[in-house]
Amino acid sequence: MASMGPWRRAWQRFRAQKRAFRSLCLFAVLFVASLGAELLSNDKPLLVRYEGAYYVPLIKDYPETAFGGDFPTPADYLDPFIREQLSRPGNWALFPPNRYGANTINYFAPSPNPAPPSAVNWLGTDDRGRDLLARLLYGFRVSVLFGLALTFAGSVLGVLIGGVQGYFGGRIDLAGQRLTEIWMSMPELYLLLIFAAIFEPSLSILLVIMTLFGWMGLADYVRAEFLRTRNLEYVTAARAMGLSDWQIIRRHVLPNSLTPVLTFLPFRMSAAVLALTSLDFLGLGVAGQYPSLGELLAQGKANLDAWWISLSAFAALVGMLLLLIFIGEGLRQAFDTRAQG
Amino acid sequence: MNGISFAIKAGERLALVGESGSGKSVTARAVLRLDPGARLEGEIRYREENLLALPESRLRALRGNRIAMIFQEPMTALNPLYSIGDQIGEVLQLHRGLTRLQARGQAISLLERVGISDAEKRLQSFPHQLSGGQRQRAMIAMALAGDPELLIADEPTTALDVTLQAQILDLLSGLQRERNMAVLLITHDLNLVRRFADRVAVMQYGRIIETATTSELFAAPREAYTRTLLESRPDRQASPLPDSGIILKARGLAQTWRKRRFLRDEYFTALEPLDLELSRAETLAIVGESGSGKTSLATALLRLAQGSQGEIECAGERFDLLKGASLRKARRHMQIVFQDPFGALSPRQTVGEIVTEGLLVHEATLSNSELRLRAERVMEQVGLPVEVLERYPHEFSGGQRQRIAIARALMLRPDILVLDEPTSALDATVQKQVLVLLADLQKQYGISYLLITHDLALVRAMAHRVMVLKNGRVVESGDVRDVLVSPQSAYTQALLAASGLNSPDIM
Repeated sequence: MASMGPWRRAWQRFRAQKRAFRSLCLFAVLFVASLGAELLSNDKPLLVRYEGAYYVPLIKDYPETAFGGDFPTPADYLDPFIREQLSRPGNWALFPPNRYGANTINYFAPSPNPAPPSAVNWLGTDDRGRDLLARLLYGFRVSVLFGLALTFAGSVLGVLIGGVQGYFGGRIDLAGQRLTEIWMSMPELYLLLIFAAIFEPSLSILLVIMTLFGWMGLADYVRAEFLRTRNLEYVTAARAMGLSDWQIIRRHVLPNSLTPVLTFLPFRMSAAVLALTSLDFLGLGVAGQYPSLGELLAQGKANLDAWWISLSAFAALVGMLLLLIFIGEGLRQAFDTRAQG
Repeated sequence: MNGISFAIKAGERLALVGESGSGKSVTARAVLRLDPGARLEGEIRYREENLLALPESRLRALRGNRIAMIFQEPMTALNPLYSIGDQIGEVLQLHRGLTRLQARGQAISLLERVGISDAEKRLQSFPHQLSGGQRQRAMIAMALAGDPELLIADEPTTALDVTLQAQILDLLSGLQRERNMAVLLITHDLNLVRRFADRVAVMQYGRIIETATTSELFAAPREAYTRTLLESRPDRQASPLPDSGIILKARGLAQTWRKRRFLRDEYFTALEPLDLELSRAETLAIVGESGSGKTSLATALLRLAQGSQGEIECAGERFDLLKGASLRKARRHMQIVFQDPFGALSPRQTVGEIVTEGLLVHEATLSNSELRLRAERVMEQVGLPVEVLERYPHEFSGGQRQRIAIARALMLRPDILVLDEPTSALDATVQKQVLVLLADLQKQYGISYLLITHDLALVRAMAHRVMVLKNGRVVESGDVRDVLVSPQSAYTQALLAASGLNSPDIM
């Protein structure tokens, strides 16, 4: 007979919850789409046929001279002259659905910046004339990738520290607990401010600092789970069989202590996304280098009459966080031991 | 639960007997409609009233007043945030309309009646400050507070040590006679039934299959299932001891636990130094109640706990001197099977992974197909089909899980198997099957058992020699026949009296 392991059963329970499962599917689709953002929203055509030759501007930069222009600078495919060249008989260009990259400035917009939504810029432009839809798409990608990385790094660190404390207990646990408490009382925001003043903030510096402050809550849960699990009889049996500490942790204690880690994942991720957004909003983040939802919110605040900026950034953010929270709720239900019967 | 009918007369003692899952507790809870989610059909009559048709308010007046209930685990049935006095007083104020002061006086006399010494002081105690027996007594006092006509006792002694079990049961019969109340005793333990009940109803799969007076039932059971229940009292399984060499020797084995305090650590001695020897294919039973140090003995012997001392010589090797990898390698000589078959298997591994795990350490060179072959063979030895290997522990019953745990231990071909209460979590019929299996394995492979138990019936069935522990000290030890037939110490005698083994047919 077919037999399902506990992971499979948890997955089945998750799938049985329609809202959570659909949220996960939708989130996955959005994430994959944003990974391929260059194919969906770009100021360069995907493929160009010009005078009998193929060009792939997506991967390679071509000078304007290649398409009959006057300058050896990289071609601007939004330039009406180039467009005209490409639309001659025999020539064609395959553009992405949205013809703007994250940093493309639409110099040819019909109205002054920020421009309201129009057929050219579907969600309008921001105060520098960059396409809002493109900003949102790329910003979403940065947020999710940052969230994933921060969640992953924080979880690994939390499991490691909590696990060592919980499994070995005694003095190690005691020392670890006190150090954690001291570390916890360090003001994270001040440190970020100081670092932002000294260094040019980059995603990797933010990631390191926020990881260093993001493991404590999870470590407590993992520690408690390890403490509980290490006294269970199957762990004692494994020790009596001669398994080493490392084998016991890997084979028995860790897999049976992962429930809090997994349940917290989506919530940790939404917290990470929100943290990056807040920092960008305050101007302490990486808004200068990357398209950012937080920076869009700040722009929306500065340009209250340009309702499309704040509204679309707000909608994107709320939508993303909502999906994550639905997924998290579903996971929590799926791993709820009381529901397992 | 399905189409059950039974009746209790005033002042009668009825026992509802069945194995786990037979629906006996559900029946008891149904009488007071305690499960809000349950759909009940039919009629439950208390005097003239149909309890199933009563409004909730009228039912509340009956609950805990005219019909009271005591539960298996007094620690969870009492509220940890209130003192015993408050909890008994609450019932008195609610159902009898007494004032606080009157309730206090009543509570004291109730506590005295159920045999709690120093009752006035105990009123202030919280549940965690009482021992298991005292808690159960307090709960009985609480049940008596409403002066019930019917007392439902759901496995009232299962969580207690044997000597306490006997005391609580005596208390219940005394109270029952004194107040002429009816008692519905729910239990799986035929010993209790025989000692307590006037009539017995046997339940199986949610039905009552047989009802008879106690003497009739034990003398001439009608149903086949009742007969198996009665016969499942374990017979002598152990084969005579062959003349064989000594496999395990321990001298001065002791265990102290250290409690960390701020400046100076505190020590607690769980096991005083003792010597023991175990021959090949021999079973040595370690008998004692909870806190006697019998489990500490096992963990000290297996070197699973810090703070153990003493020389251990196992299979010609000084086990206590080994460290690190050589200790892990020597561990295969001694394996352990635990009491709780639910906690002993990791829920995230298949049975195949569980039973072959030890081989990954001790015979790391085996190929997958060899591992599979070994696993199949061991399944055969413990009487489970090979298909089991792909399945997960949650799919099995307690008895099957215990077989899997035994298979895991057998896989390493140990010389010594420590059995820590191997059957106490199992139903009587399953218990017997597991004992037969263990005895077979001993005969076939010459494994020595160290049997840790509080159950003298089990000792009688399995052991060659006995060692009785109390408070970490050896009270009595010797050949099983000598100890059970003519126990020397008062403690062993008390254990024996409480165990319900009759002296004529003892061996």
